Amino acid sequence: MNQAIDYHAILPELILSGTIALVLVVDAGVKKRSWIAMPIGLAGVVAALVATLTLVGEDRSTFGGSFVVDDFAVMFKVFFLSVAIVVLAISFRYFRDGRVYQGEYYFLLLTSFLGCLMMPSSRDLLVLFISLELVSAPGFLIAAFRKTDVRSNEAGLKFFLIGVLSTAVMLYGMSLMYGVTGQTNLSEIATALAGGLDPGKETLSLAAILFIAVGFGFKVSAVPFQFWAPDTYEGAPVPVAAFLATASKAAGFAGLLQLMFVAFPAQFEFWTPIFAVLSIFTMTIGNFVALQQRQTVRLLAYSSIAQAGYMLLPFALVTADQAANREVFAAATTYILIYAVMTLGAFTVVTALSRESRALPISDFDGLAKRAPLMAVAMTVFMVSLAGIPPMAGFWAKLFVFRVAIERGGIGVALAVIMLVNSVVSIVYYLAIPRAMIFQPPRRERPFASPALVTGVAFVAMVAVVAVGIYPELLAHFPPLSTLVGR
Amino acid sequence: MNAWEESAISIATFLPLLGALVIALVPRGKDRLVRGLGIVFTAAAMVIAIALAIGFDYGSGAPLQFELNTAWIPVIDARYHVGIDGISLPLWVLTFILSFLCAIYTWRYVPSPGKTKAFLALMLMLETGMAGTFIAFDLILFFIFWELVLVPMYFLIGIWGSENREYAAIKFFLYTLFGSIFMLLGFLAMYFRSAPHTFDILELQAYGAGGGFSRTFQLVAFGAVALGFAVKVPMWPFHTWLPDAHTEAPTIGSVLLAGIMLKMGTYGFVRVALPILPEGAQAYAPWIGLLAAIAIVYAALACLAQKDLKRLIAFSSVGHMGFVMLGIATLTPIGINAAIFGMVAHGLITGMLFFCVGSVYDRYHTRQIAEIGGGLMQKLPYLGGVFAFVSIASLGLPGLAGFWGEVMALLSSYNPAGVLSDQVGLFRVFMVAGGIGTILTAGYFLWMLQRVNMGTVPDRWRETALPDIVAVEWISWVPLLVAIVALGVFPRLLLGVTDGAVESLMRLFAG
Repeated sequence: MNQAIDYHAILPELILSGTIALVLVVDAGVKKRSWIAMPIGLAGVVAALVATLTLVGEDRSTFGGSFVVDDFAVMFKVFFLSVAIVVLAISFRYFRDGRVYQGEYYFLLLTSFLGCLMMPSSRDLLVLFISLELVSAPGFLIAAFRKTDVRSNEAGLKFFLIGVLSTAVMLYGMSLMYGVTGQTNLSEIATALAGGLDPGKETLSLAAILFIAVGFGFKVSAVPFQFWAPDTYEGAPVPVAAFLATASKAAGFAGLLQLMFVAFPAQFEFWTPIFAVLSIFTMTIGNFVALQQRQTVRLLAYSSIAQAGYMLLPFALVTADQAANREVFAAATTYILIYAVMTLGAFTVVTALSRESRALPISDFDGLAKRAPLMAVAMTVFMVSLAGIPPMAGFWAKLFVFRVAIERGGIGVALAVIMLVNSVVSIVYYLAIPRAMIFQPPRRERPFASPALVTGVAFVAMVAVVAVGIYPELLAHFPPLSTLVGR
Repeated sequence: MNAWEESAISIATFLPLLGALVIALVPRGKDRLVRGLGIVFTAAAMVIAIALAIGFDYGSGAPLQFELNTAWIPVIDARYHVGIDGISLPLWVLTFILSFLCAIYTWRYVPSPGKTKAFLALMLMLETGMAGTFIAFDLILFFIFWELVLVPMYFLIGIWGSENREYAAIKFFLYTLFGSIFMLLGFLAMYFRSAPHTFDILELQAYGAGGGFSRTFQLVAFGAVALGFAVKVPMWPFHTWLPDAHTEAPTIGSVLLAGIMLKMGTYGFVRVALPILPEGAQAYAPWIGLLAAIAIVYAALACLAQKDLKRLIAFSSVGHMGFVMLGIATLTPIGINAAIFGMVAHGLITGMLFFCVGSVYDRYHTRQIAEIGGGLMQKLPYLGGVFAFVSIASLGLPGLAGFWGEVMALLSSYNPAGVLSDQVGLFRVFMVAGGIGTILTAGYFLWMLQRVNMGTVPDRWRETALPDIVAVEWISWVPLLVAIVALGVFPRLLLGVTDGAVESLMRLFAG
């Protein structure tokens, strides 16, 4: 085994780690201008992004094959770093004006992103576990960062308790898996599982898969592990909620994709029905509860649960046919990426709005079209896109999933029909916000003040959603969408 | 084929969308400029459309003219395939003409709460969506255009509508989307059942005509696709969104909704469902015929009970679309020709009726027949005259456009297509129902005229000064009125365009 470390492969992670340390040190030094941590962090993230771009097209493996840089990993890394830039941008004024500990916040946030960054490269149960915890643990803290607000404390605590519980279950599953196969490396686990185990171990391996899936089910807020999400999103600072709903969730899916498509493909007959049930419940419960919501962040939280259901659907379509699996994989990945852009955009607008009101009922959007036309148009685009109406990006995300589902036939068609009905239901609540913005008279007379950074981010996200909507081939050109399957 | 011929229909179709962008960038407060731009863009698009209609080779045997077929989204085999044939040409041109007339109508009056920029921008977006639907020959492209109309119409109803607008807007949106999403499912199913996989409508037609799809598959796929189209038409019993949407929508919204958008549904049947899934069409035809016959009679009875003028016209749309669907259900060339004629005639006549009702509302600020109280002819002779003329055209008086679609639909249902020879008796029953429907239609229109036009002016209006038809209204109406007479006297004008394409499409069902 080659023990030499490939430093180029881990360069983005190294840069980000350095930045994290720097943020902490600098923050200890400055008293007044602790906002300085944000530009430092931003510079570090951009540097890490550049480092990641040098890895495009590479296929590297280090630490004995447990850390891999391939097209799939690079794509997700670029995505996570872009999300990091957005979250930093929308955090800046929020935390600066909120007078909380900014240095610590950026330190924790970037640590979480470090976990995200490692996730798509982790091809070993242990590294996967470390990445996942690195995403979650700082998340518990920053969710509770509005210390004076009881809701924020509740957010952190709930997130923590459910997170720890599911982590324990997952770790138990991982230990079982190690016991059965004697391996921690994902592809070697796959070989061991495909090779035929004796009956006792066979059952045990299935239990292990189930337990591990539970851990990730929590991360992606799949029903029945979704209880934390609405309360946590609502209580957490809005930029943190944006982080949890996008990067953190996408990291969960990245891990899940690797596990299911790399380590456990041989057992698909066991786990596809589980994912079918998870998907149906997640989208249906998410959607129907979202209908009742009167608070914006809670609405987005249930929307993100429902959307997680759509993202879980492709997992239920896996078969022994590798060519079809590649399509399924691409559909899931596309959905995750497009979902993240739309949701991030929506949270950006909500961040701007949260400067006026802490409670954020939907009625806060009343008359926004008059007060801030650009923001209102952007938010309408995000909502219409999340609802999956063409010609927005969200439509193509759904279409790709429908497509593989119909192609699969049988259970796939049934799932597609359920997803279709859910999509129609979701329109009711997605349109609630544009309706408030456009049909209602404004409640406040003074002009709407949105920080330039936030407006800029909202605008860029809107352009991205519309551009992908008009020319979806943009996204389809990503070759790495399916590189993980059938290697 | 030169570049102009290839791109002309795309330019005409997307010109309004460009106009919407330009209008969105106009600074606030320049209302006149915005209205002018709306007229300029719709006029430019219309001029191109009419020029193409003149350049259209009516004798050509080519399936499509002005065709452009180029890669769009290779990853899912969706292509940008547009073109025009005799079936789509009349509807496509009608889209531009009606939109242009609506833009002119808007010159005088943007409904409350103003927001001229948004109003015109949305109207132009709507125009692109409607026009695109009629030229798309790729199912994905068709679906995109199909859905593109939803959001603008939602806002047109929701912002500029009357009291109950939000309810009507969301109802319209949900109904249509619910149907169209099953339609999308049907499209995907057709894609995966065809070999090689394709979304191209012409290729799918060839594949379907060659018996490529199994009967069971056709039954399922036709059901899914037809649901989408049926909601849009709307066929009874999926029509309940329509009276609400029409009643609440602003005048322009109603005109475009009735004039063009409903035709997207019937056009979908003719373009997609029938030729690609012939066996499915054959199996469902009696049911479609039944629903159409019910729609005709039901709508007429519902109209008799309406107190609101606009709602009455809306219900009359359901009935007229029933005749269109009855023509389609017969699967005969005459029936399809009747359907297309009916679509165009209904677009002209009902569009015009909604203009009239809108103008009546402008003057009286009420749509309740009882509150208007009669005497329109005395109070506003020109408006009353036009209203009477269009109402009579709508009830199907021979010599006006409304007549041919209805009579041909009834004629064709006397003798449905060869493949339906088992059901001749049934279709003759539908014909009788349709005939009763025409009598009831005449009844409710005449009764409406009696209550609105005739009689003496009630006291409450006697002292109020109400303006008669103004210049802008004349400009936007005269072309429609002329077309109604012209098509009534020379039906060949339209039938000559559609007949060739219909014949080749319907050869499948000769039996």
